[in-house]
Amino acid sequence: MPEAKLMQGNEACTLGALAAGLNFFAGYPITPSTEIAELCSEELPKIGGKFIQMEDEIGSIAAIIGASLTGRKAMTATSGPGFSLMQELIGYSAISEVPIVIINVQRVGPSTGMPTSLAQGDVMQARWGTHGDHPVVVLAPGNVRECFDLTIKAFNIAEDLRVPVIVLSDETIGHMREKVVLPDYKSIKVVNRKAPATPAGYLPYKADQDGGVPLMAPFGAGYRWHVTGLSHDETGFPTNKGEVAGDLIKRLMRKVEKAEPVIRDYATESADDCDVLVVAFGSSAMSATSAVRQARAQGVKAGLFRPKTIWPFPEEPLRELAAKAKRIIVPEMNLGQLVLEIERVVAGKAPVERLSKVNCELFRPEEILKAIIGGSK
Amino acid sequence: MRTEFRLSGSGGQGLLLAGIVLAEAAILDGKNAVQTQSYGPEARGGSSKAEVVVSAEDIDYPKATDPDFLLALTNDSYKTYGKLQGKGLIIVDSSVCLDPDIKARTVSLPILDTAANVIGKKVVANIVALGVLGGISGVVSPEILEKAVLNRVPKGTEELNIKALRAGLELAAKAKNA
Repeated sequence: MPEAKLMQGNEACTLGALAAGLNFFAGYPITPSTEIAELCSEELPKIGGKFIQMEDEIGSIAAIIGASLTGRKAMTATSGPGFSLMQELIGYSAISEVPIVIINVQRVGPSTGMPTSLAQGDVMQARWGTHGDHPVVVLAPGNVRECFDLTIKAFNIAEDLRVPVIVLSDETIGHMREKVVLPDYKSIKVVNRKAPATPAGYLPYKADQDGGVPLMAPFGAGYRWHVTGLSHDETGFPTNKGEVAGDLIKRLMRKVEKAEPVIRDYATESADDCDVLVVAFGSSAMSATSAVRQARAQGVKAGLFRPKTIWPFPEEPLRELAAKAKRIIVPEMNLGQLVLEIERVVAGKAPVERLSKVNCELFRPEEILKAIIGGSK
Repeated sequence: MRTEFRLSGSGGQGLLLAGIVLAEAAILDGKNAVQTQSYGPEARGGSSKAEVVVSAEDIDYPKATDPDFLLALTNDSYKTYGKLQGKGLIIVDSSVCLDPDIKARTVSLPILDTAANVIGKKVVANIVALGVLGGISGVVSPEILEKAVLNRVPKGTEELNIKALRAGLELAAKAKNA
């Protein structure tokens, strides 16, 4: 029986990564993510893995892309300023279909902001920070145990779909310590890359029939393979044909769209019969959970929808709940980012109210409770 | 029932570690515990705050909302958090100047002095403080606190830290009897 332990969110992300097979980490330490690099530097050498502290975050993401190309399971961890620097190569990972995992422990911005202060301001950047249409998956843990689970999931999705996956944590989730019981490691599902059968006639970007995800050969193992950020055809060599480039973009996007029902992840509480639906993620969802419970105790029919996959957003389940709710409240530690997606999904079925906060202090439950009750009476 | 602790002082005093050990002791005792923190960019000297919530039930909100116990080791932390203190008790170091405008029930104990002069090591003030908090709150037993301290402290410092913890427990016992 695994024992209960006091564990930090950042620690749980690292242990999750290791459980998923992480064997290469490159990063540049930055608050509030540093514990991840620290723990990786201790643990990876013990299992024959590699830890490299790079000169900056551009070098860090470049290094993990290179390592992943050779067959390693590779990750970096950062916060806002570093995440901004990584944007160009997130696009490179997306177009060259090299699986990587990035943990972004959000802090307040813009720019260097305040290193030790909470915000959830990178929601849109995580989706659209790099230029051009590109696929990306973003997961948001709402407690320490989920830091473990969702980091495993991030690796599995990255390997399965050959996309960059971002774990969008935040200062409070990352630094918080909670009582955690980890699952039996034997029960953890780990996805490993499917390799092509033979180097003969290998076309690195020829998609298979059903999934749209080409098989990936480890670089340097005898397969001829050209890797580029330029638009390319099935061989991997650049193309100037608009139609080929367009087909590539469409295939890249379709990989994630098609997988959405499978990778979709969310939690609800008292949501089936609620008048007021609170939609919150990450640390804000802890305050929202408390507020919903207090509202129920006062006889107000409140419920919670907590997305864990935030990109792609779990549209269908929210749309179903929105059809029954009278109001939807979206508390987030920014001036309104995820709410834009929620407004799009809800599409007028219920009024969507913003509850924004940017003073770096986690929502107090009564702030959300006031919004729930205030509008219900 | 939810018991909330706020440990405040100056960065480098080890209050974060004290909070971690308190939370670990609660877990050893079969309870739920969450520990959070806030601190400035400085490694030492800035303001530092650790919070611990202990409950037999699920803890949804991780921060202290109305702490049952506020520990303040510096004048600054006393002024900042003492004003916010509602129903709970304030425990200050005896070097802190009390402010008549801060109305919450307050006990003043020689935590820093006990560490420096009775134990002979300033650095164990956090463990003395842990003994005080554990003793006054009664949230976990002294035996479990000892076990939690031994799980965390560096090898070779066990005796020193247990001495500090017991000194804190004694300060708590005296304060309770007074």
